[in-house]
Amino acid sequence: MGPLIPQGIITGGWDFVIALLLGIAFGFILEASGFSSSRNITGAFYGYNFVVLRVFLTAVLVAMIGLLYFDYFGWIDMDLLYILPTYLTPMIIGAIIMGFGFLIGGFCPGTSYTGIAIGKLDAMVFTGGLFIGIFVFSEAFPLFSDFYYSDNMGNVTITEVLGLSAEVFTMIMVVVGLAAFWVTWLIEKRVRKNINPYKFE
Amino acid sequence: MNTNIESVRRPKYINPYFGGVLLGLLLLLTMYITGRGLGASGAVKSAVVTTFDKVAPVHTESSTFYSKFISDSHSPMFNWLVFESLGIFIGGLISGAIFGRLKKIRVEHSPKISSKTRLWAAGIGGILFGIGSQFGRGCSSGAALSGTASFSFGGFLVMMLLFGTGYIVAYFFRKLWI
Repeated sequence: MGPLIPQGIITGGWDFVIALLLGIAFGFILEASGFSSSRNITGAFYGYNFVVLRVFLTAVLVAMIGLLYFDYFGWIDMDLLYILPTYLTPMIIGAIIMGFGFLIGGFCPGTSYTGIAIGKLDAMVFTGGLFIGIFVFSEAFPLFSDFYYSDNMGNVTITEVLGLSAEVFTMIMVVVGLAAFWVTWLIEKRVRKNINPYKFE
Repeated sequence: MNTNIESVRRPKYINPYFGGVLLGLLLLLTMYITGRGLGASGAVKSAVVTTFDKVAPVHTESSTFYSKFISDSHSPMFNWLVFESLGIFIGGLISGAIFGRLKKIRVEHSPKISSKTRLWAAGIGGILFGIGSQFGRGCSSGAALSGTASFSFGGFLVMMLLFGTGYIVAYFFRKLWI
């Protein structure tokens, strides 16, 4: 039963082979969906191309529903699933900083790797920026290490915070997601009428 | 003429909902195999730690942040996310080759700005994303996508605020894109 590596069903030696294979699939999907282009990605923020929202939300919904079924069938031990811990204020600040980085840089880390792969110099510079940013953070870490570890809520789930069952929360996400797909489809149609088509490079 | 505009508007990308289903299944498979999701920014962190461990080992050992990631038994580059990110690059290369997007080195930018402006913006954006991903405990892959899919409250928070901030500040950076 899953998850396979934490259960010891697949042993250590295969870790990196699996990592590479999963990464290849990840990179392929990102590039094939159009995430190697920063103007495709930022289109979601100006209404001319909602590909990011479509791919991202669909993936979240499929994975959430899939996970519920895996749990229901007893295929995965949910207690062994890693729940990203929540450090409330630092994560709020981090996400806001990333929001600025996203709109200025036009990539996020994963998509910038695929941009590099097809020859985008801007993606290379973005990744260089990531390196500098993490370096600056690491050097300055003693200045804000208290803040970095503050507001630790532990490995808390959204369902615990909202007091909803995972099924109800997923259902809400599906409804919100479908509404978002429909609304953004309408917006995109309207915006594209008034915008010069951009050339993909 | 009409078809010409269509071809400019629609390059050879896969259907986004199909892409989303594939990505969701991949994420599910990843969680089934490894017990955690996909990531991307972690590889750059490993690269930073490795570089400065080589250049100034005493410094990295005494630094409270770096020392979390170095051990005597193996290099920080020998890390799950580094191999996965190498995979992202290779996967992008394969897709780019198949769909005919693998070309010479170029800069993509709005006609309203120069290549130089685009590169400055890309660099600044990368720096901000790098810093933000450390406070956020992951980027759009590790925190927003994988975090939300595994029902993490923090992951959901990062997803909403990352994209929400994007919409709020989009107006100020519109010249970079449209």
